[in-house]
Amino acid sequence: MNMIQAINSALDVMMDRDPDVLVMGEDVGYFGGVFRATAGLQAKYGKTRVFDTPITEIGIIGVAIGMGAYGMRPVPEIQFADYIYPALDQLVSEAARLRYRSAGQFTAPLTVRSPFGGGIFGGQTHSQSPEGIFTHVSGIKTVIPSTPHDAKGLLIASIEDNDPVIFFEPKRIYNGPFDGHWDRPSKNWSAHPGGEVPDGYYRIELGKAAIVRPGEAVTILAYGTMVHVVLATVDEMGVDAEIIDLRTLVPLDIDTIEQSVRKTGRCMVVHEATRTSGFGAELVSLVQERCFYALEAPIERVTGFDTPYPHSLEWAYFPGPVRIGQALKKILKD
Amino acid sequence: MTADAGPNLPPLSLHVPEPKFRPGDTVDFAAVDVPPAGMQPRPDTAADPRDFHDLAYTLVRVLDGAGQAVGPWNPRLSPDTLRRMLRDMALVRAFDERMFRAQRQGKTSFYMKCTGEEAVAIAAAHALSRDDMCFPSYRQQGLLIARGYALERMMNQIYSNSADELHGKQLPIMYSSKDDGFFSISGNLATQYPQAVGWAMASAAKGDTRIAATWCGEGSTAEGDFHSALTFATVYKAPVIFNVVNNQWAISSFSGFAGAEATTFAARALGYGIAGLRVDGNDALAVYAATQWAAERARTNQGPTLIEHFTYRAEGHSTSDDPTQYRSAGEPTAWPLGDPIARLKDYLVAIGEWDEDRHAAQDRELAEQVKAAQKNAEKNGILGHGLHQPLDTLFDGVFEDMPWHLKEQRQMMLDEEAASGRPWARK
Repeated sequence: MNMIQAINSALDVMMDRDPDVLVMGEDVGYFGGVFRATAGLQAKYGKTRVFDTPITEIGIIGVAIGMGAYGMRPVPEIQFADYIYPALDQLVSEAARLRYRSAGQFTAPLTVRSPFGGGIFGGQTHSQSPEGIFTHVSGIKTVIPSTPHDAKGLLIASIEDNDPVIFFEPKRIYNGPFDGHWDRPSKNWSAHPGGEVPDGYYRIELGKAAIVRPGEAVTILAYGTMVHVVLATVDEMGVDAEIIDLRTLVPLDIDTIEQSVRKTGRCMVVHEATRTSGFGAELVSLVQERCFYALEAPIERVTGFDTPYPHSLEWAYFPGPVRIGQALKKILKD
Repeated sequence: MTADAGPNLPPLSLHVPEPKFRPGDTVDFAAVDVPPAGMQPRPDTAADPRDFHDLAYTLVRVLDGAGQAVGPWNPRLSPDTLRRMLRDMALVRAFDERMFRAQRQGKTSFYMKCTGEEAVAIAAAHALSRDDMCFPSYRQQGLLIARGYALERMMNQIYSNSADELHGKQLPIMYSSKDDGFFSISGNLATQYPQAVGWAMASAAKGDTRIAATWCGEGSTAEGDFHSALTFATVYKAPVIFNVVNNQWAISSFSGFAGAEATTFAARALGYGIAGLRVDGNDALAVYAATQWAAERARTNQGPTLIEHFTYRAEGHSTSDDPTQYRSAGEPTAWPLGDPIARLKDYLVAIGEWDEDRHAAQDRELAEQVKAAQKNAEKNGILGHGLHQPLDTLFDGVFEDMPWHLKEQRQMMLDEEAASGRPWARK
């Protein structure tokens, strides 16, 4: 399966298992979503469980919170993560705090799916990576898969989770892994082990990272599309890096990170999102606090630049193999 | 670009609304259009939303000035029901008085009264079914009281004491009671509007029979959530009642800053294809009748209704507010729709089902009831006497299960308490 099919399968599995799961969002119903992630679901489960919504992100999330309070398990879609901002008040002030402020009387068991990330010439409003906004909010979990297999298992676990989950789908790798070489032909998931997806139910626990490449020379922390870019760069350079796909940003798998950095003595953080106050800053702080005496070099951060996401200058902005390679050389120098 | 570079036209001017009366001004509310009671038609609950133009610009009124209930909106309630509503409204007022004083005495940090607006919540609660879900704003404490929620429990929350069911995590008056169909109050305005629609949609999708009702002030109608909620509700014909409590003031800004100079709030419904009713919010019978009408409309799958309750916020916005700084002190007494408790009382007296002595005796009894509840609540502690929750509960309920980073921070906090040399909380 590709990632779209895996997500579609996760939704199908969960709608079949739990009559309280419902899917809603712009264009998700009859049409099956602008990325086809919800294709066929309305025909199979009916219009009251899979339906199109008005174009109002406040409404989509606010209504989903009300449905959750009733006892449903809504999976709302925000068409692009760049358009999640109108719903921020509902997510930050309401969904994230509902359990806390009502001492558990009411909860918001929703999973907000949203395509995110760049690398597709999406320009300023179809490329953003706003995960750092959500990891900063107490009461929200943030999940980002990097393969179809993980996408399905993590989405099922997210839907079953009783806390609100932001589930960001890296749209650059919907159809195939992307190694950062934009000038080469794109690949698809059929040749990648992450494209092997069981048809039925399985889950990948939230809060558990995956070591996608064991190594000794440096620990690289990444998620989403960047996992694949980092993997390719490391292989091309012949660096024995240990690459950790975080998969869940909150709650974070700190044990796996600590163990790896203690072993390698070096750590690099890679994300597409802008640099200042990005999630990378949190990762750098945590590693510095917990692994200080094991560190043999300053922690490196490879990120997008502190600019809006550009259109024609996309590959100058994107943290690709060259930027990652330079940081790797720097961190391995001593 | 300078003004003289433009074409030869008179200069534009910006209109900034201004309330009619400011501190020191003599109040004359003659311009407030109060139609006679009983004159407003009561359409079928299946009527087309397009036919509500007149009802969205008038005031549905039942109680006339002569102590009679008149017209097609008269809900013809039994004297017992009327007396229960009167009692609940008087109890809300007695509760407000006592809690306002408790704040002034330093027993809690904050309070908000609903003086003058008691009918809006009480009459609605009596017209709804007990299992209908309410998504209130912070000024519908009457819903809880009408549903029999113990005063002592409300006070425990206000005092953030050891019996506070919200464990001291919420600002006073931000109640929550799932068992009483009272959704957790949020400080963020109008967020409950789309949430109520979602609850109602879920009820409809599940083939339930329960409906949702939500409340916001006229000031909050300016929030984007209001627009989103009305759009969703009309699209899916959600079984929801939208209440806009137009009490003329949003803290210091008068209703003109929410658009009231140009239209009514009930009229907002019409553009969405939603039935809109504008009612005399100080007329408990009109509020009851409108709510009952909207509930029947929702229960029969005819969709949502918006009810504007035209009323007046008789006191300050909150204990942190001094209304004499921005409006004339004469406004509350000059308000042409009077006082909701006095009007219902006068009606009951006029039909021979109540008298002044009984009313005075009831007021004394309610004051004693509130006082007794307060005494009991204060046994569980008051905010002025420090924390009443074990410190480590600070971290409970952020998530269903506590992740490692919160466990670490909890330990940091406990270490900090130990290092401070004095216990911060009773354990």
